[in-house]
Amino acid sequence: MSGLLLVAPILIPLVAAIAGALGWGSARLQRTIGVTGAGFLMIAASALFAEVQHAGVLAVQVGGWAAPYGITLVADLLAALMVLVTALVGLAVAVYATAEIDESSLARGFFPFFHVLLLGVCGAFLTGDLFNLYVWFEVMLLASFVLLVSRGGREALTSGIAYVTLNLLSSAFFLAAVGILYGKLGSLNLADLAIKLSAPDAAEASRPVAMLLLVAFGIKAGLFPLFFWLPAAYPTAGFAVSAVFAGLLTKVGVYALIRVFTLLFPIGDGQLAPLLLAVSAATMASGVLAAASQAHVRRILSFHIVSQIGYMVLGLALATPSALASAIFYVLHHIVTKTNLFLVGGLIARVGGGEDLARLGALGSRRVGLAVLFAVPALSLAGAPPLSGFFAKLYLLRAGLEAEAFAAVGVALAVGLLTLFSMSKIWMEAFWKPVPEEGRRCERNLPLAAVGASAALAVVTIVLGFGAESLWSVAEAAARQLHEPDAYLRAVLGSRP
Amino acid sequence: MTLLVACAVGVVYGASLLLLLRGSLWQLLLGLALLSHGAHLLIFAAGGLVLGAPPLVPEGALRPLEGSADPLPQALILTAIVIAFAVLAFALVLGLCAGEAGGTDELDAYGGEPG
Repeated sequence: MSGLLLVAPILIPLVAAIAGALGWGSARLQRTIGVTGAGFLMIAASALFAEVQHAGVLAVQVGGWAAPYGITLVADLLAALMVLVTALVGLAVAVYATAEIDESSLARGFFPFFHVLLLGVCGAFLTGDLFNLYVWFEVMLLASFVLLVSRGGREALTSGIAYVTLNLLSSAFFLAAVGILYGKLGSLNLADLAIKLSAPDAAEASRPVAMLLLVAFGIKAGLFPLFFWLPAAYPTAGFAVSAVFAGLLTKVGVYALIRVFTLLFPIGDGQLAPLLLAVSAATMASGVLAAASQAHVRRILSFHIVSQIGYMVLGLALATPSALASAIFYVLHHIVTKTNLFLVGGLIARVGGGEDLARLGALGSRRVGLAVLFAVPALSLAGAPPLSGFFAKLYLLRAGLEAEAFAAVGVALAVGLLTLFSMSKIWMEAFWKPVPEEGRRCERNLPLAAVGASAALAVVTIVLGFGAESLWSVAEAAARQLHEPDAYLRAVLGSRP
Repeated sequence: MTLLVACAVGVVYGASLLLLLRGSLWQLLLGLALLSHGAHLLIFAAGGLVLGAPPLVPEGALRPLEGSADPLPQALILTAIVIAFAVLAFALVLGLCAGEAGGTDELDAYGGEPG
C-alpha cells in the first residue's frame, strides 16, 4: 500500500504525459487529459500526505533491490508536503491553462510537457538517491526548456540560451559532486551517505563536495551571485508556464539544499552557516532592489522570487529546528502565493493589453474582482496580516531572533518593507492611476476557469493565514524529522543503523 | 594512470570553460558538450581505475573476484551520457533557432534583459 502511495505521484504525471502525447491532435482531449491528470495527482498527493502524517516516514525499494543498492523512494513529512503543494499548484495552473493557452500552444504540446515537468518535480521530492535526484532534475529541466522556448520569438530564444547554459552548468557541478562522493564513500543512497558522513573524518574530507552541491543547487534555487538567468527567462514564457516555473522550479533547488544540508552535511557545526547567512541576506537584498527598478509586471515578480528565496535559505542557514520549520512554512506559502501572482499577472495583461506598467491603469475601478485577486497574494507576499506571508515572516524572524542573527533579521525586515513598496507600485500603476493616453482597450471578459484557478489559490492563501497554527505544527514536525533523521534512516535502511 | 586521467579531466574542463567564456554561441554549445564529458571522465576517475579486471562473476561464485573494477560508475556515466546527449541535441536546435532569431553568433548582442 505504501509502495503504491509513493509511486502514484510519479506514475500519474507520466501516464498523463503519455496520454496527452497520444491525443496530440485534439485540443479538447489535451485539455481534458491535462486537468484530469492534475486532479488525480492532487488526490494521490493528499493520500500520501495523510499516510505520512499518520504512519511516519514511508519508503519503498524500487524493484525490490534492498537499500543502499537499489533506488529508494522515500517520503518524510517535508517531501509529502512538497508533493502536496506541487499537486495543488499543478491543478490550479492546469485549470488556468485550459483558458489561457491558445490552440497553437496546445499544438506544441503544452500539457504533455507540463506533466513531464510535474513528473520531474515530484520525482525529485520523493527520491532517496543522489544520482536519481540528478536524473529527476534533468527530466524537469528538459521539460522546462521546451515549455520556455516553444512559443518562439527572439526574446524567449535568446534568454532561453542563458537559461539552458546556466542550468546545464549547474547539472555539471551536481554530476561532478555525485561522482566524487561515490568515489569517496561508495554509496549514493542518501540515508546510507548520511551514516557514512557522520564519521568524523568523512565529513571533513567531503567538504569540496558540499561546496559543489551548494553551487549546483544555488544556481537552480537562484541564490545571490547565481540568479541572473531567472529574471531574464521567466517573463518571456507564457503566463501559465511562468506561473508554474515561478512556483515550483526554484523551490526544487531550495528543497535539495534543505535535504542535503540537513541530512548529509548538517549545518550546525561547520563554517557553512556564516556563508549561507551572508548569501541569504545578499539574495534578499539584491532581489528586492533589482525589482524596485523594474516597470514590467512579471519582471518585478521574477526579481521578487529571488528575494524570497533568500528568506527560505535564511531559515536553513540558522539551522535551529524552529528556523527549519519556518523555512518549510515559507516555502509552502511562497509556492502558492507566487504562482497566484503570476496567474493574476496574466489576467492583468489580458484586460490591460500588456504588462508594461506605464501603459496600464484604472483596473481598480473597472475590474474590482481582479483588484481583489491581485491584492490577496500581493499583500501576502509583502507580509500583511492575517495572510500566510505574515506568519511565514513572523515565524522566520522569531527564529532569527532566537538564534541571535540580528543583522539577518534586520535585512529581512527592510526587504519586507521594500517588497510592500514593489507590490504597491504595481497596485498604483495598474489599478489606481487613470488610464494613460496610449493605453490599449481591454478585452471584455475574463475566462471563468482562469479566474477560478486564481481565486482558489487566493482562498488557499487566506486559509493558510487563518490556519497558520496548524500548518506551523506540521512544519515543526517536518523540521523535527529533518533535525533528527533517525526515522528517515530507519525507514530507508530497515533496522540496520 | 589515475594521474593521466585526472590531467585529462583538467584539460577537458579547462577547454570547456574557455569555450563557454568566448562569447560566441556555437563555442558556448561546444563548451557545454565538453563540460558534460569532463564530468563523465571525473566520475570515471573518482570511481577508481582498475586495469584488466572486469567485474565478472566466476562460475559457481556469488560475487565478482576481489579487486575487480566497480561497474557502478560506468553505469552512472552511461546514464549521464544519454541525458547529456538528449540535452545537447535540444541545445543545438535551440542554438540554431536563437542564432536565426538573433541574427548573430555574438552572445553579447543578445542582451539578457530585453527592454
